Amino acid sequence: MSQTVHSSGEHQPDENRRDFLTLATTAVGAVGVGCALLPFVDSMNPSKDVLALASVEVNLANIPVGQAIKVMWRGKPVFIRHRTEREINEAEDVALNELVDPQTDDARVEKKEWLVVVGVCTHLGCIPMGTATGETRGDYDGWYCPCHGSHYDTSGRIRRGPAPLNLVVPEYEFLTDTSVRIG
Amino acid sequence: MSAPQWNNKVVKWVDDRLPVISMLHHSAYEYPTPKNLSYMWNFGSLAGFVLVTMILTGIFLVMNYTPHTDMAFESVERIMRDVNYGWLIRYIHMNGASMFFIVVFIHIFRGLYYGSYKAPREMLWWIGILILLAMMATAFMGYVLPWGQMSFWGATVITNLFSAFPIIGDPLVTWLWGGFSVDNPTLNRFFSLHYLMPFVILGLVVLHVWALHTVRSNNPTGVEIKTPADAIPFHPYYTIKDLYGMGVFLIFFSVFVFFAPDFLGHPDNYIPANPLVTPPHIVPEWYFLPFYAILRSIDFTIFGIPAKLLGVLAMFASIMILFVIPWLDTSKVRSSKFRPVYKWFFWLFVIDTFILGYCGAKAPDDYFLGIPGLKVIVMGQLSTLYYFAHFLVVMPLVGKMERTKPLPASISESVLKEGANA
Repeated sequence: MSQTVHSSGEHQPDENRRDFLTLATTAVGAVGVGCALLPFVDSMNPSKDVLALASVEVNLANIPVGQAIKVMWRGKPVFIRHRTEREINEAEDVALNELVDPQTDDARVEKKEWLVVVGVCTHLGCIPMGTATGETRGDYDGWYCPCHGSHYDTSGRIRRGPAPLNLVVPEYEFLTDTSVRIG
Repeated sequence: MSAPQWNNKVVKWVDDRLPVISMLHHSAYEYPTPKNLSYMWNFGSLAGFVLVTMILTGIFLVMNYTPHTDMAFESVERIMRDVNYGWLIRYIHMNGASMFFIVVFIHIFRGLYYGSYKAPREMLWWIGILILLAMMATAFMGYVLPWGQMSFWGATVITNLFSAFPIIGDPLVTWLWGGFSVDNPTLNRFFSLHYLMPFVILGLVVLHVWALHTVRSNNPTGVEIKTPADAIPFHPYYTIKDLYGMGVFLIFFSVFVFFAPDFLGHPDNYIPANPLVTPPHIVPEWYFLPFYAILRSIDFTIFGIPAKLLGVLAMFASIMILFVIPWLDTSKVRSSKFRPVYKWFFWLFVIDTFILGYCGAKAPDDYFLGIPGLKVIVMGQLSTLYYFAHFLVVMPLVGKMERTKPLPASISESVLKEGANA
């Protein structure tokens, strides 16, 4: 119907008005459906109880120099390593142009002797080895991810392998000299 | 086709009001089927049978399964040890997933060999690919439910794939998880969707069969049905042939269920999920291995696109490319029986997918078949290259250049000739 009207070059006001009404109704309907979908989509985002567990306090007093611990934060491990003098020097002496994801060691720590990073490989989310004593620490004395072979250094920076980014430094602050709050 | 006349009064009464009996009669009884279908045409109905088996066993598993991170693993163990015949139902369901993929992969290769994707069967082919995608999503989410180590880390690695997308990646992954890691919300939604998806597949199967019955079955000659003499009714000829195939298939299925139920699985999935320890060697189930190999083989950057994103794109592309092959294949001849050159490339492609599967199962730094100097990652890259070249280069070029063998005038003629030669 409307095609014959258009091809003859005439516009009957009624047809235009009807097209407008159809479009407007469709648009309003689409917005309505979109609004109705939003709560369902958002219901799949982290809920309030999940968000409430978003920070954790850790006592550092029992971690000797050279050792590291894993703590759970937001369902994933955080590595806290009490770095030795040698490890700190190693991390600071690297030239930035040697790094895949260039970042100074200074920018990654609050206090030099404590390195706090999220223990999740930035490739596909495996847990790198090197926290527990005796585990391999990879070729750069940091961590080694067994899944696809990423090596991290003593500042948790990616040095070799498929991971694109350094281990993430979470938000944290020192409450006292020996306790820290993550998140 | 006119509606059949029903003698039974009740049947007639129902059918006059809702012609469901006539519809079934048309599609499962008198459906005119090419008379030369080989056993390669058994796998469609087999896939339907496995789907029903999976839905039924799944419904009974849910009666005893608990979708919670603290109880999922134990509830599955309880099904195995305490629930009457729980071991049987779970082993059928577990191995049924593998059987489903075996049957569907053969079904797809059959379609590729005999050109079943070509006009006028493009819609039929597309719906088939959608079914494959839905099956992959279902299988992946189902594998997470027992909450073993492979469940957990498989879920972690695969959901992390989506973090490869720029900007939206991280919020998208958090949304998929419902938290900041794979956890209870993730398990719950996977359970919900795992229950939903089979019914989506069922709906797609109805569309698939509808499209099939609109354009009719392809056959080994690739020549369409031209006269009634080319076809025979579906029942009893193919109902009995399908039943025979089903018997053979059930023997194969039973060997796994009763004698090697864990052969196709990974022992690490009998270790409860531990978010703090990643198993040293993560591999997906066998049916994902070729795709996993494609994902991993991209370890380089092109045009500044990081390797991780490229790998993800290549993996998705490996399936998406199937949507366009009706137009990539330039040959006018459907069946590879009459395509002396393409036939060899087809088998090369089959071998290629097996090599990809092998590469997906091995660590990237291992040596391919123990051959010194030939790393799995390199072999994976070469096979990935061929995988795409087969569709993007071989299909268009061979179709244009090859001299095909003469096609039979009709299905009947080819059947009679083969009969005379035998």
